[in-house]
Amino acid sequence: MALSTKLFQRSSSTAVFGARSMSWWRSVQPAPKDPILGVTEAFLADPSPNKVNVGVGAYRDDNGKPVVLECVREAERRVAGKLNMEYLPMGGSVKMVEETLKLAYGETSEFLKDKRIAAVQSLSGTGACRLFADFQKRFRPDSNIYIPVPTWANHHNIWRDAQVPQRTFHYYHPETKGLDFAGLIDDIKNAPSGSFFLLHACAHNPTGVDPSEEQWKEISYEIKGKGHFAFFDMAYQGFASGDPERDAKAIRIFLKDGHLIGISQSYAKNMGLYGQRVGCLSLLCEDEKQAVAVKSQLQQLARPMYSNPPVHGPLIVSTILGDPDLKNLWLREVKGMADRIIGMRTALRENLEKLGSPISWEHITNQIGMFCYSGMTPEQVDRLTNEFHIYLTRNGRISMAGVTTGNVGYLANAIHEVTKSA
Amino acid sequence: MEPQEGDSVFAHLPHIPEVPIYAMMVAFSRDPSPLKLNLGIGVYRTEDGKPFQLNVVRRVERLLVNDRSTFKEYLPITGTAEFNRLSAKLILGADCPAIKENRVTTVQCLSGSGSLRVGAEFLANHYHHHTIYMSQPTYAAHLAFFSAAGLAIKTYRYYDPGTCGLDFQGMLEDLLSAPSGAIVLLQACAHNPTGVDPTLPQWEQIRQLIRAKGLFPFFDSAYQGLVSGNLDEDAQFIRLFVADGGECLIAQSYSKIMGLYGERVGALSIVCKTAEVASHVESQLKLVIRPMYSSPPIHGASIVATILKDRDMYEEWSIEVKAMTDRLISTRRQLFDALRDRGTPGDWGHIIRHVGLFTFSGLNPEQVAFMNKEYHIYMPSDGRINMAALGPKTVPRLADAIHAAVNIGV
Repeated sequence: MALSTKLFQRSSSTAVFGARSMSWWRSVQPAPKDPILGVTEAFLADPSPNKVNVGVGAYRDDNGKPVVLECVREAERRVAGKLNMEYLPMGGSVKMVEETLKLAYGETSEFLKDKRIAAVQSLSGTGACRLFADFQKRFRPDSNIYIPVPTWANHHNIWRDAQVPQRTFHYYHPETKGLDFAGLIDDIKNAPSGSFFLLHACAHNPTGVDPSEEQWKEISYEIKGKGHFAFFDMAYQGFASGDPERDAKAIRIFLKDGHLIGISQSYAKNMGLYGQRVGCLSLLCEDEKQAVAVKSQLQQLARPMYSNPPVHGPLIVSTILGDPDLKNLWLREVKGMADRIIGMRTALRENLEKLGSPISWEHITNQIGMFCYSGMTPEQVDRLTNEFHIYLTRNGRISMAGVTTGNVGYLANAIHEVTKSA
Repeated sequence: MEPQEGDSVFAHLPHIPEVPIYAMMVAFSRDPSPLKLNLGIGVYRTEDGKPFQLNVVRRVERLLVNDRSTFKEYLPITGTAEFNRLSAKLILGADCPAIKENRVTTVQCLSGSGSLRVGAEFLANHYHHHTIYMSQPTYAAHLAFFSAAGLAIKTYRYYDPGTCGLDFQGMLEDLLSAPSGAIVLLQACAHNPTGVDPTLPQWEQIRQLIRAKGLFPFFDSAYQGLVSGNLDEDAQFIRLFVADGGECLIAQSYSKIMGLYGERVGALSIVCKTAEVASHVESQLKLVIRPMYSSPPIHGASIVATILKDRDMYEEWSIEVKAMTDRLISTRRQLFDALRDRGTPGDWGHIIRHVGLFTFSGLNPEQVAFMNKEYHIYMPSDGRINMAALGPKTVPRLADAIHAAVNIGV
């Protein structure tokens, strides 16, 4: 009797086999909510007319509305329905990557000319960090990653999933609400030679605290002295000072000092391309041959994740950056966004001072970029949410992009209420 | 091995050679012959070998750009609920009890590739058995997605080179001897690379065996509609499995069926026993996705959702899918007739029996190399031909090449 007949005489009665057994996943626990994205979910669910969302780091205009940049709309008009959507190469859009490297390394960078940079398109900044973490695991399996305290929460998840052991280094100084420079330098010196350091290139998330130019020079010097590897996460170029060149200062210092760095770049915030997931991972190599080898390895890591990256976002980026007029429009719009945030920092601080707050709020205007590390405790944050319907992450991080002339008074009032007897 | 001062920390890296199919693309692009033919690509082209965009997709893209109410903010980690619901409905059917009972968790992923990888990571983290069985042969990249997640790979017999058809006995034997609980990767229809699909009765037997042995099915659906020309008909095999109340994973891709390749649009569905389990599963999928890329790309998903939720556009799309399939079937017929007309030795009936974009021609590597050298025809060495890369003008040349390769006794 044929195998198949024998088998199916026996098992035809189990045609509804599936219905009687239990789920394979019955032991799957509900995962904890993402602390940042969970805030927006809670905000959306709140029916209060006064609610304010200063949680997630997405830019809002002065009416609290999300923004699509004019340069982006124009780029979309130019490309819509015209181009085919066939696969990009594994390393992504060559044109987009070229333009992106110019932003980080400098328009006339010798490293570009000498083809020493291994670079691939990535799924925004997250994807670039993850590719790097996987790459680090594969080729430096004994290395650790030193991560600043605090940092964007997802950094920990990324290097954990890449199975790279994590260490931390001092960064934020709660007493001054500024940089713990001495602690940072000590940690660099004490880390074993050849350690990997994750640095935020500008507009540190979540604190908004950046080293000064002088401090960056010293950090570069100490890192070089110990032969450490510097990996820059640059998610806010242009967003910090309003000038992309200025925001790349730390990177340029390291390049000048001869480091062979790695960089994650993202267009999520500075071009408002959040949902398009456009970014770039680059590694500066000793020579062109090495850059070719490294690039081929990066592609090997991307392939089993998603084969090749999305085509639409880079089309917008290269349309804008490849056209001088559109590029200038973009630069003006980025400056506009940064200026509005700087204006809101000033307004929030002034409002708090006018209310007679006993605490110093200098740090609001000292800090830079999208976020302000307010110094509020989780309990104070909970009060803000429960009593005033103001949504932010429990580490006291305020997304200044969510502050408007319409809500800054209300926000200052609420913060004053929960902190005045601190 | 400590790096020397000034050395790159990655100085020791070897260069990875190009994946064979990509190397072939490069060779093709460098070939100056005006008669060159690329049959190795995995995309649906026009008769003239040009990139093909569906009309409804082009229209929708233009509509979306003019809609000033659309924003580009982050999607939720798992994509939008609307896209996910519509994708589940597409593959499982509008009246699927599992959907009605909220037992299906669907998350947007980066095309089929991303869906497979996220599914693989989920299985590696939460499923008790870490071996996956895939068909021999299968889509080349399948191996990579699952081994990257740390799963062990085994194969089951699938293709019979003697008949150019399904080795059904071999397939059943291998699945029967698989340990209980093992994962089984099944291509939902239009098998890549062979073009050989089980029949409906064979699928039913496969289903019974899998359920009897407690094997866990993971479907890869990249060609829904491109076998019969009808979207629901091509989904019937998956629906058999879901109708029996059992669990499974399904990876969907919109690359070929909507021509959205580079937009990287797809979905992973996990069909669970209960709604509670489904919601726990969803929360765990977020933990896999967030450290990979945080959230999926919006553009392609917007196009898909716009089409799927609008009755007229859905109808328009279905008609275009049927037309694509008709052309595939017609091209197969043309090639078969051309070989028959030339009296090419051999039985070429498999060309018209095979389904989907691809056909395992039965040509051996030497014959493939001959055709490449003498006729500038490019295909992978396993002899897989992409029928969607051919047209009435190019079929004769291919037939000439095959005829020559076979007759030379290569």
